[in-house]
Amino acid sequence: MSLETRRRRAAWLFLTPALGLLTLFFVLPVVAGLALSLTDFDLYVVASPRTMRFIWLKQFVDVLRDAQFWNALRNTLYFVIVGGPLSVGVSLGAALLLNSRLVKARGLFRTVYFAPVLTTLVSVAIVWRYLYHPGYGLLNSFLSVIGIPGVDWLGDPRWAMPAIILLAVWKNFGYNMLIFVAGLQAIPGQLYEAAAIDGATSVQTFRHVTLPGLAPTFFFVGVTTMIGFFQVFAEPYVMTQGGPVGSTRTLVLHMYEEGFRWWRMGEASALAVLLLLITLLGALVQIRLAGGRR
Amino acid sequence: MRLLVALFSFLALAGCREDPDSAPLRFWAMGREGEVVQELVREFEAANPDVRVDVQQIPWSAAHEKLLTAFVGGITPDLAQLGNTWVAEFVALKALAPWNDSLAAAGIDSADHFPGVWNTNVVDGKLYGVPWYVDTRLLFYRTDLLAAAGHDRPPATWSEWRSALHAVHELSGGENWGAYLPLNEWALPVILGLQAGSSLLNDDATRGDFSGPDFRRGFDFCLDLYDDGLAPVTAAGSIANVYQEFGRGTFAMYVTGPWNLGEFRRRLPPELAAAWTTAPMPGPTGPGASLAGGSSLVVFSSSRRAAASRRLVAFLTAPEQQVRFYELTGDLPAHRAAWDAPALRDDAQLAAFRMQMERAAPTPVVPEWEQIADLVWRATEAAARGVVSRDEALERLDRQVDAVLEKRRWLRGRAAGEGGS
Repeated sequence: MSLETRRRRAAWLFLTPALGLLTLFFVLPVVAGLALSLTDFDLYVVASPRTMRFIWLKQFVDVLRDAQFWNALRNTLYFVIVGGPLSVGVSLGAALLLNSRLVKARGLFRTVYFAPVLTTLVSVAIVWRYLYHPGYGLLNSFLSVIGIPGVDWLGDPRWAMPAIILLAVWKNFGYNMLIFVAGLQAIPGQLYEAAAIDGATSVQTFRHVTLPGLAPTFFFVGVTTMIGFFQVFAEPYVMTQGGPVGSTRTLVLHMYEEGFRWWRMGEASALAVLLLLITLLGALVQIRLAGGRR
Repeated sequence: MRLLVALFSFLALAGCREDPDSAPLRFWAMGREGEVVQELVREFEAANPDVRVDVQQIPWSAAHEKLLTAFVGGITPDLAQLGNTWVAEFVALKALAPWNDSLAAAGIDSADHFPGVWNTNVVDGKLYGVPWYVDTRLLFYRTDLLAAAGHDRPPATWSEWRSALHAVHELSGGENWGAYLPLNEWALPVILGLQAGSSLLNDDATRGDFSGPDFRRGFDFCLDLYDDGLAPVTAAGSIANVYQEFGRGTFAMYVTGPWNLGEFRRRLPPELAAAWTTAPMPGPTGPGASLAGGSSLVVFSSSRRAAASRRLVAFLTAPEQQVRFYELTGDLPAHRAAWDAPALRDDAQLAAFRMQMERAAPTPVVPEWEQIADLVWRATEAAARGVVSRDEALERLDRQVDAVLEKRRWLRGRAAGEGGS
């Protein structure tokens, strides 16, 4: 046996535990999920496996014909397209404030802004449901003071999604803010000095020094936020259960109901595959955009 | 396909059972019932020294999932409390043991029970559960507000109901809605449909019958209440505290169930204690039907101590224990004889429930019912909010229900084919 072969064998030996775990906990579930998405696995199949039918791509045709899927996709895209940039924008704004030398007690503000990320959503939801209450809510009381008639935030199909987005942005911006702060601190101070010597205004400095310096951070934050926002579930689940009239029913909420409430695992798996493809597409678009800028 | 099935069976077999026959009976009960039933179970043990019972309390919100997971994992209990709309689902899983041959031995007689509730436990002619407590929906209303508006007795027909709501609404200058009928509940549209004579499903319960004329009559009546401003177009969320608003007179009627009797007594201010009561559901032309809800006690087919489990079920469903159980929980007895006990007979607000139970109508006993019921309130909500027309809402509902029942049609067709060949 040559040294080369023995080395190779040793390498495989060392890799086996990791590969085994990876196969058992990653590859198998993914393959099983893909296989499930081609079947009509449901409660009847749990009782008697003989009732399982392979329906192949008909599953996807059925899902794509289902108005509930398109409604959920529309809601999810609304959430991603409006909530995503808003969340990143708020995070960036907060990070710039925290990074400014003019602000005192930065540590305190950083903690305060980060606190919503750490609190559990269920307890937060109770407070926000009161804030949004049409009769006794703080938000509507505030609006009435400045002369705007209040709205039934969670009860009106037009306002429920904006209300959920507001909650989600408030709940999540602290995390990205910390990443932006780190990104800002990584920009070399000399660049700002050079800009100041060249007589750049603060807007010019922001446009030509800060933003390019943050480009890698932006890319990371953009992709992770988008992936997270595509998977939105907890906020509508605890606040509105997808209502009113399905206006906050997102893809993952729809998937959860089909899979775990009605036990239609085949359909839920197909939805998961579709969500994966959609998210992948979104990520590719972002990579293309980021590449174009460079 | 085999590989996939093998994979899932492997997961299913991962749980194992090693109970010797002397181990305690495992009894799953939900929420408050699970807490309170312990006391009755101790009495059962005293009377049956050979049986020990381990009551395991399951929260209602997780009950359905836990039961399914237990079934898949092969670790179902010996007996359990089961919401009676879940019975068909667990029968389809072949998880439950039928009762027919052991009823007489256990001293259980269908004549002692309300027929509507009893029938929710019957699938293809076989009984799979014994009603434990019953549950229905009816009117809770403000007698003072109705009397002020010129209605001294509760409405008995749909037209009386509507005119009473109009009267209350108009007398208050629109301050009082009339009724509170939350849009995210399926009970009301289903009750009104049943009252109008709809069977909800047709073709051997394999297709939706919601766009049929009978369901449509109930649906129209229901939606007219919202359209005329007699009930707020809202889900449960925006009425923050039902009891407070009922006390304030934001609405004068509320269609709800027996659990609210205790809540109303506890939470309404004392000066209103005599200002409200209950009444049976109005129907199209006279007192109407309502839901035959409740919980049943079931014995699982995997149980190796079915006989002892059945003895416990017989004990818990006997009149004496039913009265005790009512006193402990406020849950309404399934056994008719229990209703003659003074605690129940002398309660004026319970009388309406007794009457209503005799007119309780079962919803279709199919495993898919919960999912269908969920679609029903969504369709009602969409039509009440004017997102779609009534025709469209019901046609779409039928299409969705047909899609949900596709597997059932296929299974029925296959069974018929095998039977014929």
